[in-house]
Amino acid sequence: MNQFQYVRPAETSGAIKSIALDTNAHFLAGGTNLIDLMKMGIIAPERLVDINNLPLKTIENIPGHLRIGTLVTNTQVAENQFIKENFPLLSMAINAGASPQLRNMATTGGNLLQRTRCPYFFDTTMPCNKRVPGSGCGALEGYNRMHAIFGASDKCIAVNPSDMNVALTALNALVHVSGPKAARTIPFADFHRLPGDHPELDTTLQKGELITSVDIPTVPFTKNVYYLKVRDRSSYAFALVSAAVALNIENNTIQDVRLAMGGVAHKPWRLIATETFLKGKTVSEETFKQAAQIAMEGAKAYEHNKFKLKLAPNALLQALKTASGLKA
Amino acid sequence: MKKDAIGDSLSRVDGRLKVTGGAKYSGEFKITGLTYGVLVPATITNGTITSIDTKAAERAPGVLKVITYLNATKVPGYQPDESKPASKGLKLFNDNKIHFNQQPIALVIADTFERATYAASLIKATYQKEPFKTNFHQNIDNSMVPQGGNYKDYIRGEADAYKNAPVKIEQAYLLPSEIHNPMELHVTTAFWNTDGKLTVFTKSQGVISSQKAFANAFKIEQSTVQINSRFVGGAFGSSLRTWPHEIAAAQAAKMLNRPVKLTLTREQMFTLVGYRPQTIQKMGIGATPDGQLVGITHESLSQSAVYEEFTERSVNVSRFLYASPNANTRYKVVPLHVGVPAPMRGPGEATGAFALECALDELAYALNMDPIALRLKNYADADPEKNLPWSSKYLKECYQKGADKIGWEKRSSKPGTNREGDWLVGYGIGCGAFGAYRNKAQAYIKLLADGSVNIKSATSDIGPGTGTSMVLIAADILKISAEKITFDLGDSSLPEAPTQGGSATVSSVGSAVHDVCIALKKKLNTLTGKPENNEDLDYAKILKQQNLPFIELTQGSEGTDEAKNYSMYSFSAHFVQVHVHALTGAWRIKKVVAVVDAGKIVNNKTASSQMIGGAVGGIGMAMTEEAIIDDRFGRLVNGNLADYHVPVNADIPQIEAIFINKPDMHTNPLGTKGIGEISLIGVAPAIANAVYNATGKRIRELPITPDKLI
Repeated sequence: MNQFQYVRPAETSGAIKSIALDTNAHFLAGGTNLIDLMKMGIIAPERLVDINNLPLKTIENIPGHLRIGTLVTNTQVAENQFIKENFPLLSMAINAGASPQLRNMATTGGNLLQRTRCPYFFDTTMPCNKRVPGSGCGALEGYNRMHAIFGASDKCIAVNPSDMNVALTALNALVHVSGPKAARTIPFADFHRLPGDHPELDTTLQKGELITSVDIPTVPFTKNVYYLKVRDRSSYAFALVSAAVALNIENNTIQDVRLAMGGVAHKPWRLIATETFLKGKTVSEETFKQAAQIAMEGAKAYEHNKFKLKLAPNALLQALKTASGLKA
Repeated sequence: MKKDAIGDSLSRVDGRLKVTGGAKYSGEFKITGLTYGVLVPATITNGTITSIDTKAAERAPGVLKVITYLNATKVPGYQPDESKPASKGLKLFNDNKIHFNQQPIALVIADTFERATYAASLIKATYQKEPFKTNFHQNIDNSMVPQGGNYKDYIRGEADAYKNAPVKIEQAYLLPSEIHNPMELHVTTAFWNTDGKLTVFTKSQGVISSQKAFANAFKIEQSTVQINSRFVGGAFGSSLRTWPHEIAAAQAAKMLNRPVKLTLTREQMFTLVGYRPQTIQKMGIGATPDGQLVGITHESLSQSAVYEEFTERSVNVSRFLYASPNANTRYKVVPLHVGVPAPMRGPGEATGAFALECALDELAYALNMDPIALRLKNYADADPEKNLPWSSKYLKECYQKGADKIGWEKRSSKPGTNREGDWLVGYGIGCGAFGAYRNKAQAYIKLLADGSVNIKSATSDIGPGTGTSMVLIAADILKISAEKITFDLGDSSLPEAPTQGGSATVSSVGSAVHDVCIALKKKLNTLTGKPENNEDLDYAKILKQQNLPFIELTQGSEGTDEAKNYSMYSFSAHFVQVHVHALTGAWRIKKVVAVVDAGKIVNNKTASSQMIGGAVGGIGMAMTEEAIIDDRFGRLVNGNLADYHVPVNADIPQIEAIFINKPDMHTNPLGTKGIGEISLIGVAPAIANAVYNATGKRIRELPITPDKLI
């Protein structure tokens, strides 16, 4: 097998020092994605820094925020009673993803960093600019049914596969990172990148930086929320499209709203313009239909994913209807 | 003492072994000196290997041997000689030709699986690439009438008579390739004994046919090959034949003079052990305004491989299922640079029923007629293809029972008008037929002093609960409790039995078990001087009185020539209720009712379980399963279980199996007709028809994924 160093530091500072020792080093948390990538020959790290002993496993309720340690598992987040009551959108999104076995292993930080499921990324005999920069994009003129309709480039049309990320971007989460330089906080919308000319970079995380926690500001979205995931089978399938909707409705008027979509872009796709449109509007099917059309501005499809141009607004419309309690 | 054990509900006799891990599958035998083989796939789709660099792999830790066409000892059966041509199919490591992407180019043997896997990743090959064809639709012009077998055009009455009918449907129905994907990977463990005998543990649906295949490959006596395959973790047709990699495991064992275990990876399961071939079926069907069929034309084009032809009976159903005065069928194959297909549960009959039953549904709407009424109007009281009476047929009863159970009266005759909130509700029916085959088989029986009985036959159990059914048959005839009976299978040294396929095991092996039990009773009555048909037997007592430690005998069941006089089929009607979300195209199959005329049912419990399994397979066929090749590279883009979608538990509703359970007096002494295939045939069209009823969208290209429904 490929030889690699394996270390399991007990302190965050030790982990950050350790990751800097090799140019080809990876942090290992739940391993649900990283180990697959190693087995498929997509990455061959020289050093694995196992962070499972780090004290980053708590969910803390601090004034104005909820703080989720990077090692808290997806199951622990989704099943946490406080989160279910105060951030139900997050629970719903996590439970729409993967399988119970995977959610039991997968961590919060790891979910933020999972790689795309584009088949050309996964097959080392095929071209992929994300895996081998400059080798070309196999999906652009290939099998691109699962691919992006927003924000793609001619270098990469892959999508971010996470459901949790879609909820987190809607919830204006903040990502805390530590690294060789000073610790910093990255707004969720700035954490994932669009592919541009550098699809090999999924995020704005700098070399050697470690996600330590994710903060979610306290929000009024506890009741009128919904995460709708449309997929090829009822579970254990990536989203064709998904829609995260959080509404704060008073007297049938939308006081505040957050919207995001999954399965449509290289990053979880926040719908700011649509949110602006909906704010202050009265709940009605007609308004939601208009919102769904606004959400699609700038969409562009490829040979096999043209259906997303219709499915995405339909899914958003349905999620808005369900979240608001509007009947069919 | 039990009476009428046949028709009981007996739990699997090996169920405890299976759920406690006591059942050992082909990859689980600890053999001294075992080595591990990993195949290296080609990365081109057509051409020749110009060089293979195996040095790094050979130097890797634990590697014992790297086998390629350059150093492999020749497999004798792969070489042509004067007496007969070389065996058909792919011959691994025999030459440098590549016929399909991921065809194995090397076999790495190491002391552990992990080391073999790593070393396999170090092998580098260069190729002379040739142009290739993997796109089925672009190569339809290259279709050809199969060279083997009888696939001539069939014409009854007038060809294409539907064209002149007052009401007609002319449509094409598309199936993608589907992969069997049994839970258990294909594993072969092989070793050569010092006396030159070959022992193989392998995933097999037929240990005798495996034995013959290995004997032919190595040109050794059949009796010197021992095949063991007692437990099989699903196969669905993927283990009907002995695959080239199984021969390669034995070849490697010979070269190393050590036992070799070769396990396919899940990815290799997508290319090396067959699949249901991609098929386009053109249907023409016409009727008078009152629904009397005028003609059916069924044409099928099916994917095959350039290096080996594969055919199946997809068009045959249109010749006999309905009483049309005119019917004609055409069948052609399209050879591509792909791995060769294999029968997949239901096989061609399921493919054909999808086209016929959807076209008939379309005709029913065009006639403004209830789909069941249309079927009744054209009910075939005798087989119009063979011009023979049916051995038995209770399809009318199937329609009636299924309609009652699904709530057919709630079906709206206008598509897209039945709504529950955001969900569109639809009902559909799909029918099918599968030949009630019976082959020669033998069974051995041994009566022991304590009155217990052991029966043996070289059949297989890929899941239906064969041993359990055989125990029930013996219990029924011997009139003793099932607990006193054991049944051994999956071992080529046992009395010969056919391969488990074509829904024929109970008819074939069950008849042999029936016959051997009758023979035992006769023998005991002869010994005690009682009349031959005396039923009052105390087995232990007779042995004691006769001072015999045991009695054993072997009996063969030759089959019957009743097939000359009767047309023999199992029949089914599947009913489905489906919900489709009006905005998102999400679907929920709410209920499946499977009503089957399969003659007498031996074990109600395992038979119901088999019906449920077949319906699940049909749901996958209809809604989720599709193997996709990127034709620029000739490679699968979804060759794994994350991206190739088999249905999950949450996709599966209540499935109810109803058996007509009337014995067929002509098939065999048990009156059975077989259910393995019929459990799946008709499911996909029932779902597609229900989807149309729900949405008004006629999806003629499977699978019916949400994107097709918005």
